[in-house]
Amino acid sequence: MTRHLLWRGMLAGLIGAFVAATFALLFAEPRIDAAIALEAAHAMPGMAEPELVSRATQKGFGLYTAMMLYGTALGGLLAILFAALHGRVGRTSPRGLALMLGLVAFLVIVLVPAIKYPPTPPAVGLHETVRMRTGAFFAMLTLSVAAATAAFMAYRRIATQQPLDRLLIAIGLYIAVVALLQLLLPKIDEVPADFPATLLWQFRLASIGTQGVFWLVTADLFGRLVEPRLSATTLRSWQVAS
Amino acid sequence: MASKTAVFDDTRPIGTIPAIPLADIAPWAVFASVVALILLYLVSTEQGAFALFQGTYVHEFVHDGRHLLGFPCH
Repeated sequence: MTRHLLWRGMLAGLIGAFVAATFALLFAEPRIDAAIALEAAHAMPGMAEPELVSRATQKGFGLYTAMMLYGTALGGLLAILFAALHGRVGRTSPRGLALMLGLVAFLVIVLVPAIKYPPTPPAVGLHETVRMRTGAFFAMLTLSVAAATAAFMAYRRIATQQPLDRLLIAIGLYIAVVALLQLLLPKIDEVPADFPATLLWQFRLASIGTQGVFWLVTADLFGRLVEPRLSATTLRSWQVAS
Repeated sequence: MASKTAVFDDTRPIGTIPAIPLADIAPWAVFASVVALILLYLVSTEQGAFALFQGTYVHEFVHDGRHLLGFPCH
């Protein structure tokens, strides 16, 4: 059973990433080009390094490859999480559960980390601090997932019978932990003084939008692919077949 | 497969969907997590903060995806 879900999760992630990469090509790549042009204008004459990978490859084949590797990996993890939760939480339909997981994933691994460490275009960020920034970003990401897991476990254990109260307490717990973490983690502000604020905003919006498109398409497609397979009769026929 | 038979038993009321036993999920979960971590490392970090391979080709190739997915790039 799990392997059927895993296949569909990876397929949904692959297609979701393809759609998201196309979205990025249309809406984000112009901002990246603008940021690179600014970077080049600031570079000292004669210091420009030769391009190892051309811009055309970076925004075409490279972008699609990166997104689709990312998408397949996270689509697989979505399927595993779905396998563990299906039949154990609530009474939502498979599509409802898949969409809910997609929304939670977008909030917990995209939006909340981006509040503390928003995505940055080329020309923003000092080369010397890349290790510290990578460590801080992954700490934020991991701790956000841990806080969400803790909030979910709290939701299941809270004694009150009011489902909305339990949900609000769990969300409040997640927000409290994440807000405290964001207070404690190192502050990073490396935007050059003359970097256009509008370009920064547009890049960040396009970047978060790309990931929103990825999660929406992946989660819904996954739900549509698994729903007909998860009826009681189909489960029984699989049991006979395997 | 014995556990599967027990869980997907016909005696359960129609309409309630049985959960997949966690023991069935575990090997897939571990394998998928390991593969996902390796792929995510290559897309997000290789030749940025750390480098297993020499040069900057991987970094340059996934460059735009890395920026757009919010990972620190350079």
